[in-house]
Amino acid sequence: MYEGAVQDLIDELGRLPGVGPKSAQRIAFHLLQTENTDAQRLADAITTVKATIRFCTRCWNIAEAEECRICRDTRRDGSVLCVVEEPRDVVAIERTREFQGRYHVLGGAISPIDGIGPDDLHLKELVARLDAEPVDELILAMNPNVEGEATASYLSRLLAPLGVRVTRLASGLPVGGDLDYADEVTLGRAFSGRRDIP
Amino acid sequence: MASYRDQGIVLRTYKLAETDRIVHLLSPSRGKIRAVAKGVRRPGSRFGGRLEAYSHVDLQLYEGRNLDMITQVELVASHAAVREDYARSAAASVMVETVDAVAQEGERDNALFLLLRAGLQTLAAGPEEPAVFVDAFLLRLASIVGFHAFTDACAVCRRSGPHAFLSVKAGGTLCGDCAPPGTRAVDPRVIEVVATLAAGGEWAVLPSLARESPDAHRTAASYTRAFVEHHLDRRLRSYDAVPRP
Repeated sequence: MYEGAVQDLIDELGRLPGVGPKSAQRIAFHLLQTENTDAQRLADAITTVKATIRFCTRCWNIAEAEECRICRDTRRDGSVLCVVEEPRDVVAIERTREFQGRYHVLGGAISPIDGIGPDDLHLKELVARLDAEPVDELILAMNPNVEGEATASYLSRLLAPLGVRVTRLASGLPVGGDLDYADEVTLGRAFSGRRDIP
Repeated sequence: MASYRDQGIVLRTYKLAETDRIVHLLSPSRGKIRAVAKGVRRPGSRFGGRLEAYSHVDLQLYEGRNLDMITQVELVASHAAVREDYARSAAASVMVETVDAVAQEGERDNALFLLLRAGLQTLAAGPEEPAVFVDAFLLRLASIVGFHAFTDACAVCRRSGPHAFLSVKAGGTLCGDCAPPGTRAVDPRVIEVVATLAAGGEWAVLPSLARESPDAHRTAASYTRAFVEHHLDRRLRSYDAVPRP
């Protein structure tokens, strides 16, 4: 146990995801040894992000205004919606520069074992968007794990009666990988999702 | 550190650091195994796809102080069809949640392993209504860990039945003498359904049971949940996620 303020800092850092007691202690002492301006800049960044960042009222991505940058961009194709689990997935897809449509962020994935059900995600908001916006295709871009698959399956059932085309991101071999190192599930998916060479 | 080889069914995984996972497995010879799989969240991981929940795998591990370390994985059965359907995935969630709660590290439990494997194989075959398999699985698991639901005798005095009263706390049917005053008799079909669910017989007969007596199955399902939650002293978080007719 340290003197009040130092221990408070260690306790707060220790509450961050992936930061254990030892790491919290190391970061706290690093901050103690840095220049005041550096520490102040970190404190300001945290305060500013909490004060200015909110969730987009349309797609639930992070935003600095009522709507996020992508929802405000009139050049984006509003007829295609890409449904993702988290705001960081939007960034990952934007990095590809392949997708010109808009997004809908669910805020997680269905995980019965963790007590996360459909009501805990932004699903009602998605259905409301499909009523209000001229969407032709929904791309389900959940993680290819047990929670992502369950969410995609639930969504495809939920949205089937609405007559919107629902597609799922392909999964298969990573670029630069070796075929003989691929696991059976991934290789099997690569086969079932094969396409014609144009 | 000693290395060993074993089979296991992946119960669940937790994210660890940037690209690793902690994996809980049920092995027939070692009970629950908790192990670290390094780098499996990277897209190019050599065995990440084999360590998804519900997969039956053959593993090579190193013993660690707290957690073992997975070094090689071969797939025995992926049960991928279970993960790709919401209803079946929710049903499998109940199964692995319960097994994760009752399985003990270092305690051999082949019966529990065989029950889970049979349950997942049944779900992978694509039943229309997975819920009935969840109920059967729960009662059979309770029986394996020492809480058998009595249906052919009184759970208190062991007098041969059939009896008309059903008790969660007592652990099955009760005779008229042992049932507390004011206890309501249940439909005999409910007791028949509970008996079939709990019996260690073929899984194939279960869907017809649910179809032929839907009301009795609904009551038996409620009893099953209450029975398992009471005797395992644990709330089943994923039970409500299983779609029911």
